[in-house]
Amino acid sequence: MANLYSQEPMIEMYVFETSQLIEQLETAILLSEKYSSFSIETINEIFRIMHTIKGSSGMMMFTNISTLTHALEDLFLLMREEKATHIDYGGLSDLVLESVDFIKVELEKIKNGDEVDGKSDMIITEINHLLKAARGDNASLPLEKKGAANEAPKFYISQSKKPSPEYKNTFKAVIYFEDDCEMENFRAYTVINNLKDITEAYEYFPPDIIDNDDTIQVIKEEGFTILLKSDKSYQEIHTFLSQTVFLKELELTELLEEDKSFQSLKRTPGTEGIEKPEDLRGNIATERELRDGNNHQSIISVSVGKLDKLMDLVGEMVIAEAMVTQNPDLKGLTLENFYKSAGQLKKITSELQDMVMSIRMLPLHNTFHKMHRIVRDMSKKLGKEVELEINGEATEVDKNIIEYISDPLMHLVRNAIDHGIETPKERLEKGKSGVGTLKLQAKNAGSDVIITLADDGKGLDKDKILQRAEENGLMHKPVEEMTDREIYSLIFLPGFSTKEKVTEFSGRGVGMDVVMKNVEMVGGSVAVESNLNVGTTINLKIPLTLAIIDGMNIKVGGSSYTIPITSIKESFRAKKENILTDPDGNELIMLRGQCYPILRLHQVFKVRSAVEHIAEGIVIVVTDGEKTICIFADELVGQQQVVVKTLPTYIKNLRKIKGLAGCTLLGDGSISLIVDVSGLINI
Amino acid sequence: MADAFVNEGLYDEEDSQRDKYLTFSLGNEFYGIEIKYVTEIIGLQPITEVPELPEYIKGIINLRGKIIPVMDVRLRFKKDFKAYNDRTCVIVVDIKDISIGLIIDSVSDVITIPAEEVVPPPDLNRGANRYIQGIGKVGNDVKLLLDCNKLIADDELELLDNI
Repeated sequence: MANLYSQEPMIEMYVFETSQLIEQLETAILLSEKYSSFSIETINEIFRIMHTIKGSSGMMMFTNISTLTHALEDLFLLMREEKATHIDYGGLSDLVLESVDFIKVELEKIKNGDEVDGKSDMIITEINHLLKAARGDNASLPLEKKGAANEAPKFYISQSKKPSPEYKNTFKAVIYFEDDCEMENFRAYTVINNLKDITEAYEYFPPDIIDNDDTIQVIKEEGFTILLKSDKSYQEIHTFLSQTVFLKELELTELLEEDKSFQSLKRTPGTEGIEKPEDLRGNIATERELRDGNNHQSIISVSVGKLDKLMDLVGEMVIAEAMVTQNPDLKGLTLENFYKSAGQLKKITSELQDMVMSIRMLPLHNTFHKMHRIVRDMSKKLGKEVELEINGEATEVDKNIIEYISDPLMHLVRNAIDHGIETPKERLEKGKSGVGTLKLQAKNAGSDVIITLADDGKGLDKDKILQRAEENGLMHKPVEEMTDREIYSLIFLPGFSTKEKVTEFSGRGVGMDVVMKNVEMVGGSVAVESNLNVGTTINLKIPLTLAIIDGMNIKVGGSSYTIPITSIKESFRAKKENILTDPDGNELIMLRGQCYPILRLHQVFKVRSAVEHIAEGIVIVVTDGEKTICIFADELVGQQQVVVKTLPTYIKNLRKIKGLAGCTLLGDGSISLIVDVSGLINI
Repeated sequence: MADAFVNEGLYDEEDSQRDKYLTFSLGNEFYGIEIKYVTEIIGLQPITEVPELPEYIKGIINLRGKIIPVMDVRLRFKKDFKAYNDRTCVIVVDIKDISIGLIIDSVSDVITIPAEEVVPPPDLNRGANRYIQGIGKVGNDVKLLLDCNKLIADDELELLDNI
């Protein structure tokens, strides 16, 4: 225990790094699966990730992780070195993803300080099985692969292959054997064996012909497919393949040089490996960077604490700068050069400020794309076909908020697939397309980010919900008084689940509860809309509590306030005669035929010495999307990008202040309170 | 082993701060606050008022980018408000991860009051000395030692009064 404690920072680093790598790995696999081929870059990347995880896990003594990654590394090493890209992609992806999950679970254990005791034997056995199958024709592959991690560079040396020249022609051959020839897989193997004499660059499908007898069926039905490269002409290859015993039919086509599925063969085996094994890793890294420059940003990880600190410091600097340039001692002096330099300084500081503010913001991209995996796994297991559509993933949200919403989103996606979307059969019966659609989108709306998850599934069944709520004693109100929205909200109560059976993915009535809790923790809200048999739409409204907003600074008495620009419609100076007063003493204003109430900010916030005469102040028309009101303030100060800071915990604990969303620092170091428009409207 | 070592280190630090109090004046009385809570002492800064708060919370200030609330301790103790002057100070304390500034008349110095010189507050009728955890004797003077936790504790009764 003491040991673990003293290693804490290292463990933290390890967990952080590994989870990042795992995420990369997952993305790579899912992408490859989509195109059902592993490009050489992907293989290299996966190999590198596996290698890193193996190394660090070994160092941290998490043996189960390191052995597992070692096995995977072997597999991808084989694919890389031997161009054994004929591996069964589906099986491989499943296996790698399974391993990813395994490592994730173990990481979670490490985080919680639990014993890392997961058993990876099962997966390793499967990997070894696949490895054996992949080796197939190449059983003599060096066995010292099982050696220690540091020796890894050695393995880049491919055993027997000499640098071979680029082949000119690419062919695709599909061979059908005679119906009663038996042992199709061995026939196929013979073909491959003979092929070795004329070329070294080939792939074939099904790949595991020797170890897997099931391939017989595949070869029988779909034929035996070979992709090969050779200098020989079409005719020569055709003649060569026609010699195959028991041949029934041969389809030979010449492929274009750029054919994607055969891309891996363009790089001739072993060239770089033999020449300079020790340089290989460096080469791969640079190559990868060059090639994938667009998807891989060069990233450095910094702790959020440091960023907070940096932001505070920059804030301080801005204040210090203002103190210098507006120093009372400078009054009355003509300092041309000084002001020139001061102007320069101001420019730099404001740029710096902008930059620091943007650092904390992350696009929702990663969070959203994580859902691909969930959709894939679930639809596979549940036998449903679901397509995930993602929109607005570039919407930027503060890092903290991303952490809070990633779990709820996952639960929602699971629920949508498990409960919402029907099986293809049911869908077809209802006249929908067999493939369900799940739309995940994010957009900025005022001072909020709205994340919408819409499915076109069966929708929520009100009666069922009510019945279930009653059974579980969750009803607090007579049914007749409940609005649709209230009924739908019942599903977010703890202990509510309409699913009869608890499945692997959902049904325990825990998930939706978590959704509500997490979203509320960041001050957001969840709204459900649903139509029976048309679909369900769930809106998460997340405030930008820590995010940057464009704000309009206004002055009321001695205080500054900031209103989010997005909620402002217009501002103008009102004339006394346009103001109406209703019998309750509320002021109203007519604006282009519409009547809006006027809210005097100084009255709401009890600010002293504010402008009282309506014609001397300014009227700002604000809306929260539903209602519109007019806010009366002293004057507009100007527009500025501000970082929303929450009010101090002490004050939040004391009381929730209506109409205030937080506070922010202005350029001169003074504090401005951010107006919560929807809070004000509903006061 | 590692644990033991770490603990020892903590113990050392605690030890050097033990029995040390920052004393300050509030009207005629002298108060002491345990030094371990004190982060820093700053001059009075422009305070941004926040609506709907109890009277003794004067508002929030910007402490190098960190926004903290400030409490007028005079008002918290139901004394009369006294206009701030250039001797007025803000003691920034960190209690249970909550940073808060305490506005006081003036700070004196840091003194050591050994535990044996501290006596429990007299048992007056209810609530009268709930902010005091002890009374320290320093020579002929008496310092009232503040219980910081009580100072920031949510006082629901009081909140109700204010509504």
